[in-house]
Amino acid sequence: MYSHGSESLIKQAREIQESELQKFYSRLVKQLQVKELGHETVDSLQRLHLILSATKYTRTLPSELQKRLSSLLSSPSEQLQVLSSAVLRETLPLSGQELNYNQDNISQLNSHAAALLLSQTGSRADLSSLCAQLLRSLESRPSEGPSHSLTHTLPILNTILTHSPECLTEDHMTLLSKKLVDWLRYASITQGGGASSGGFFTGPRSRQPVPIAELDGTVSGDFFTVLCVGQGFTEDQWMNVYSFSMLRHWLLTYHSVSNGNTAVDSDDRSEVDGSVVSMVSATSSSSRLLPPKERLREKAFQYCQRLIEQSDRKAHKRTDTELQKACLVEAVCILDCVCVEDTSLVYRAFPCIKALFGRLSSDLSFARVMLPLAQFYLNHGEMAAVDCECVWKLVIGRFPAELFNDPFLAHELLRFLRLNLESLQLRVPQYTRSFPNLLKLLAWDSPAVVDDFVDLLPSLVTAGTAVELLHTLLDLPCLSATLVLQLRSTCLPISEPGGRGLLSLDAFRSPSYRGLFLFLLRGEAGSGDTIDRLSTLHELLAEAADWPRVIQCSQTVPVLLHIFFNKVIMVADKKLLAHLILVQLERSSLLLNIPNYIKEIHRVFSCHLLRLCELHPSLVVDQSHELLEFAGTTANVYSKEEIYTHVVWVLGEYLSVSCDSRCSVKLITSCFEALEAVLFEITSSAPPPGAGHPAPRVVTTLMSALAKLASRSHDLIPRVSLFLSKLRTVARGGSVAWCSNEEDLVAIVTRGEELWSLLKAPGVAQSVLTPPLHVTTPQWHRDTNVAMPLRLRALTSLTHSQ
Amino acid sequence: MVRCFLIHTVCPVSALGSGESRVLYSRVFGPDEGVLSAQQRELNPEERRLLQEEKLAVVARQVRSAVSLTREASGRLLVETVPGEEALALQEADSGVVRLRAGDPFSEEMSALWLGVQSLGFALVCEPHENLLLAEVTLRNLTRHCLEHLHMLGQGSEVLLKSNRIDVLLSRLLPHGQLLFLNHRFAQSLEKEVAVYMAK
Repeated sequence: MYSHGSESLIKQAREIQESELQKFYSRLVKQLQVKELGHETVDSLQRLHLILSATKYTRTLPSELQKRLSSLLSSPSEQLQVLSSAVLRETLPLSGQELNYNQDNISQLNSHAAALLLSQTGSRADLSSLCAQLLRSLESRPSEGPSHSLTHTLPILNTILTHSPECLTEDHMTLLSKKLVDWLRYASITQGGGASSGGFFTGPRSRQPVPIAELDGTVSGDFFTVLCVGQGFTEDQWMNVYSFSMLRHWLLTYHSVSNGNTAVDSDDRSEVDGSVVSMVSATSSSSRLLPPKERLREKAFQYCQRLIEQSDRKAHKRTDTELQKACLVEAVCILDCVCVEDTSLVYRAFPCIKALFGRLSSDLSFARVMLPLAQFYLNHGEMAAVDCECVWKLVIGRFPAELFNDPFLAHELLRFLRLNLESLQLRVPQYTRSFPNLLKLLAWDSPAVVDDFVDLLPSLVTAGTAVELLHTLLDLPCLSATLVLQLRSTCLPISEPGGRGLLSLDAFRSPSYRGLFLFLLRGEAGSGDTIDRLSTLHELLAEAADWPRVIQCSQTVPVLLHIFFNKVIMVADKKLLAHLILVQLERSSLLLNIPNYIKEIHRVFSCHLLRLCELHPSLVVDQSHELLEFAGTTANVYSKEEIYTHVVWVLGEYLSVSCDSRCSVKLITSCFEALEAVLFEITSSAPPPGAGHPAPRVVTTLMSALAKLASRSHDLIPRVSLFLSKLRTVARGGSVAWCSNEEDLVAIVTRGEELWSLLKAPGVAQSVLTPPLHVTTPQWHRDTNVAMPLRLRALTSLTHSQ
Repeated sequence: MVRCFLIHTVCPVSALGSGESRVLYSRVFGPDEGVLSAQQRELNPEERRLLQEEKLAVVARQVRSAVSLTREASGRLLVETVPGEEALALQEADSGVVRLRAGDPFSEEMSALWLGVQSLGFALVCEPHENLLLAEVTLRNLTRHCLEHLHMLGQGSEVLLKSNRIDVLLSRLLPHGQLLFLNHRFAQSLEKEVAVYMAK
């Protein structure tokens, strides 16, 4: 598809020499001077466009050429209009000359010239004047004329609205509202384009107007909409399409630029009385008495109701079926919008909405229509006292569970959650328990949705579900693999010879392991934090560790864990934090074996273990039993170096009376002994087969921790000093079996010497290694020891002006 | 509204670094967003155009990345199609949507819908509240027309040399970035106009 030819064309265009370019320009000017422009001119123009667009740096055209190109904008040939507009868009407008179209010309402003005007807008004032001119042409334009000369007006107005809604004055809005009402509600209901109901022998005189039809072929019985068909279309039917296409945006913008007296306070419950009256009076016959804005709202309402009814018909063509779905989405969104503006409409809208929901809720192919419906329920359900249970069951229940592999649904669902987070947390109690389902979207297509989860995850972290959530996050790659297996299981036959993933697929289908996978695939939290046979599960899924989808998923877990921990410290009490520490220790060896995954998780754990203990130092004494067990297992030095180092560090740092009064001498001694044993073991012989050398940092951390503990229980000091001096002796003898790098050995020994000399003065050692709180948490001006000098210094600098 | 439509490479290009994408066609709708925002008003038109081109390059890179990650994850083999098999190429195409956060690169959040057809990506950048179902349908339609009318499954360079055809296609099916609710009859009528133009 993308060939060398294309690449070299682009290269040529970018690297064209200035002299050659100028020659080209003059040649083109000559070509444009001819009356009839032929194919070579068109090719030259196209080539010019390529030259201009191939580079991001702007080239300026000679003014003669630019003037000639500008005049082509109003050429009768569309090809020349297109090319001149495209070329001029790639360059700068001539300085001092704006493309000024006065009022007479505006009706001849073709779509391509308008595009150029829009792209060259320099300011809001430009947009305002263009806007005013377009609306004037709408107003004054005769009814005859080529069918498309008016159709681009609405798209251009919509563009202007997007960027600068203030361009429209009150009069403009009124005018356009009236026009929109006409086109939307009162377009012709007969087919245009000279369609006739007569046969071959019928003459023009007997041609009778044929009514429009519905998508299923039946004759249409009501006003024209985008879901009506005919052999040909009249101009106002075209405008019906363009009007509906911009309607929602118009209503949304309208709502924001509307003045105070039309804005409705949707929380005002006193509307209930008013609504009874308007239910009765807001029939179509009385709508003629409404002001333009309200009239448009009413017609929009009717149009949407009709679309919803029309979407129930069985269209003949597949493209029309797709359009019906898109129309449903749009119709529900517009109904939501008008109901927000005028809450009295809610009672009229709800029967229709509820019926639609009932019709579509069991059909998963309409899932994307459900989201606007859910938004409607969320916005207006409470006011109309409608039960929304079934909506949430579908949206945060079935959809993520069964449609996780639809990227568009995932995107829209997550966007819906993001936009309505506050509301959901208030009104949908099962939201925070639905993370096992929601995370399926992430497990399936991590790169596409991780961004959304960065925003959503904090809302899913609650004290009640934090532990389960942590386990779920750690097993996200397993969930990813399981979803792959689930899909494969439904696609592939029961016995596939020599297929990839056979072992895990067998396991997935086997009844003895069913429970494991079903737990991962659960929809709601609350049935248990995790499963007992996690290691079995990891073994069964071992071959999934190199599946790209699983790897992509595993790469997002560290980031999510950071977000989890950052949030959980805000909602958790000490008991929960203690539990989380235990989970970290436990899970550090219970992870799916994906390259780099385990290392990354350990790194995250280490970071947050440190933070948790910093925040609540007494946690270390609380959980000393488990921490000691972990620190006393020599194998952890080799398999979990990062975490091990940090566990040893927190033990050394926080296992003291000043952090928790429950810390006894006995505890300090038993900790000391456990760490001492490990240190002896790793520094006395070569590492076990298969393991690398212990990291120097582990050795130094152990030494420091022992020194710290000894400084708190002085009879331990001789034991440490003995070890440290032995270490120095051994190292002087040359290389050691447990350290291959000479520099590292020197660093270790140096640290040992420092600690040894420090411990020679136990009092000093204690204040250095276990500093009292007022040293580690200085209070500056609040501290009487520190405040005086500060005060004096401040006074001095004030009195001695320099 | 649709902010822009892009056609760009999603295969490695020798002259570019890995992950970079060559933009073959780009069309931005409406005024430059920089013109109306306070911070970018100090830029002159040349700088604004440069900024816009850079933004489009960012979108192309993000889509390229999304396409390759999706293809990697699905593990499906790329089916090579030849001219005449446009419908098949479209059926086999990967599709998805990228969330472009506010500021990266547009000043507001955008959704970039994309289709990956072999070595090329077709992207439609929309405002997120837009009807994405309609946008998806429109993107597929546009892609099909581009593939057919510009013979993109072959080795030619018409996407570069006949870009005016894409302009006309967009002016009918996506005028000024407006997504249209077209039933098959309306679509046929517009497509006939486009076909007449293409025949020139």
